[in-house]
Amino acid sequence: MGTDILTIRDMSIHYDTPRGTLKALRHVNVNVPKGKIIGVVGESGCGKSTLISSIIRLLAPNADMASGSITFDGKELYDLSEDEMRGLRGTDISMVFQDPMQTHNPVLTIGRQMTDIQYRDDKTAEQKKARAVEMLTQVGIPDPEARLEQYPHEFSGGMRQRIAIAMALMARPKLLIADEPTTALDATLEVQIIKRLEELQADIGCSILFISHHLGVIAELCDEVVVMYAGEVVEQGSVREVFHSPQHPYTKALLECDPGHIKKKTRNLPTIPGEIPNLVDVPPGCAFAARCPRVFDECHTKRPAWTQIKDGQHALCHLAAKESVQ
Amino acid sequence: MTALLEVKDVKVRFPLGGGFMSSIGMAPKTSIEAVAGLSMTIEAGETYGIVGESGSGKTTIARAIGGLHHAQEGSIKFNGTELRGLDESQFRPLRKDISMMFQDPIGSLSPRLTIKSLLTEPYKIQGMKDRDLEAEAKRLLGMVGLPADFAGRFAYQLSGGQARRVGVARALALDPKLILADEPTAGLDVSVQGELLNLLAGLQNKLGLAMIIITHNLNVVRHITDRMGIMYLGRFVEEGLTEDIFSNPQHPYTLALLAANPEPDPDAQLARIELKGEPPSLIMRPGACEFHPRCPFVRDNCSVGESPVWDTSNPVHSHRCHWPGQHTTA
Repeated sequence: MGTDILTIRDMSIHYDTPRGTLKALRHVNVNVPKGKIIGVVGESGCGKSTLISSIIRLLAPNADMASGSITFDGKELYDLSEDEMRGLRGTDISMVFQDPMQTHNPVLTIGRQMTDIQYRDDKTAEQKKARAVEMLTQVGIPDPEARLEQYPHEFSGGMRQRIAIAMALMARPKLLIADEPTTALDATLEVQIIKRLEELQADIGCSILFISHHLGVIAELCDEVVVMYAGEVVEQGSVREVFHSPQHPYTKALLECDPGHIKKKTRNLPTIPGEIPNLVDVPPGCAFAARCPRVFDECHTKRPAWTQIKDGQHALCHLAAKESVQ
Repeated sequence: MTALLEVKDVKVRFPLGGGFMSSIGMAPKTSIEAVAGLSMTIEAGETYGIVGESGSGKTTIARAIGGLHHAQEGSIKFNGTELRGLDESQFRPLRKDISMMFQDPIGSLSPRLTIKSLLTEPYKIQGMKDRDLEAEAKRLLGMVGLPADFAGRFAYQLSGGQARRVGVARALALDPKLILADEPTAGLDVSVQGELLNLLAGLQNKLGLAMIIITHNLNVVRHITDRMGIMYLGRFVEEGLTEDIFSNPQHPYTLALLAANPEPDPDAQLARIELKGEPPSLIMRPGACEFHPRCPFVRDNCSVGESPVWDTSNPVHSHRCHWPGQHTTA
């Protein structure tokens, strides 16, 4: 596992709620190799946000890590002290959030915010400012020196998201977590952001964990994809393998639902019939069993194992152990 | 025959600044035109898509039609009745026929009311006292495929997809003739998005209502709308039959937008068209053709002189470009 920057093994996270213990993540396995872009897809409520919070160790107070481990850059994250963890956030692990309109402090200039976050560095104010200018240039903000004097509201949405990316990459992190960074932007700006991310990633050599609903964006940007369903990681593999020969029935169904896949105009879009299981009272077998078109007896009683299909492609499915899902 | 909705040359302005100097009359009062002369007609039962980048005025025009913004110029006729200039009490009865679905599904539901109260509030506002609220709430929940016991829940107990459904149910409560749906599927994953769009399509067939959908998602527009308009800086740059626009785009902005749509296939060959620079500020609109500073195919007469006229020579596909359809990088 020497090639992974982040390894999550058998991790379960439970929330203590008035309705009982909500098992938000159950026995999750994720690998983030060094220098790769990993996409994460899954519907709302499938545990994507819990996964992110667990990596930056900012879980809600009612959350409990019931099992498993997270290894980052050879260190067991949950063995670090709070001080050591704070040292990682923003330097080795940084984040870009969904909403570019609310990421920045509205009453401070962009320049102030970009120099403030370099507080750990032993540099003069001029050097910090120069670094800010350099980063703004890299994300394609014209006239960066003058722009540093401006406030967030003076930038467009696309620019603000690029500034957020510039700030997140300022410390040359080893891992960037991007939580739906293009959801709030239109298609032309989305493409711009993706291009910048690709360039910067190639330059800095960091890994990126890229969360998105948009399968098209994942296909274009990412090397590998992690598919989540109802608190479990059901498949991980290279984008090409997963998109062309999905091994988990949920992945297959999800890909078929994307209207971008359907060339002929239709008003009746495909869906996945049924409801997601109640995470307080999780069924004993496979979480997808109730909605799966290829369900059989074992699925209702026994939890499937995380099975390697081929080099670098894994699926959580009883079928995967036997044959490939077609 | 009159159209269900007829929007003609509508302009919506927002005042700028309002600083001290302008309040004492020492500085001119300035404003921006968020919607700068927009026209469209919607027939009964039709689905119309509005696309364009954030800040192009999509939400503003929807809110102007729904009576939530005041349009300073132009005319908005619904079933032949002029809506512009109506005050709140005059507009209220019309809200039975024109309903809105807002962008933020959970934020648009009051956190302190049960789903039942949220769904039946429209009846109280419209003074329909004879309705059995319990039964109506049940009927509406059933219509959008939610279990009846949701009536007792609060908004925070719903998932994003469920909150969207409640939004749909509430929009349908008064049997409207027109629904204005602002980003109805933003933030939903594709399977839930499919469910919601199928639901809307089914209800539309059954109830014969017209719908305006505002969205970033071109795949959604392609599948579910009959006609569409592409907005840039508060105006349409292209408008017409959805199929026509996708197969034969005339304006370079449309071209760039369509080319930017990522394909869910890692091996797809993408011919991107990159736009120059940033969307201009509405305070300082570019002269001549407003798109020329960003247009990858800009020619001499685009940056000086007259702005291109709205060309309606094809009645089902209009556009605003000096060089329609002739876009190749020379």
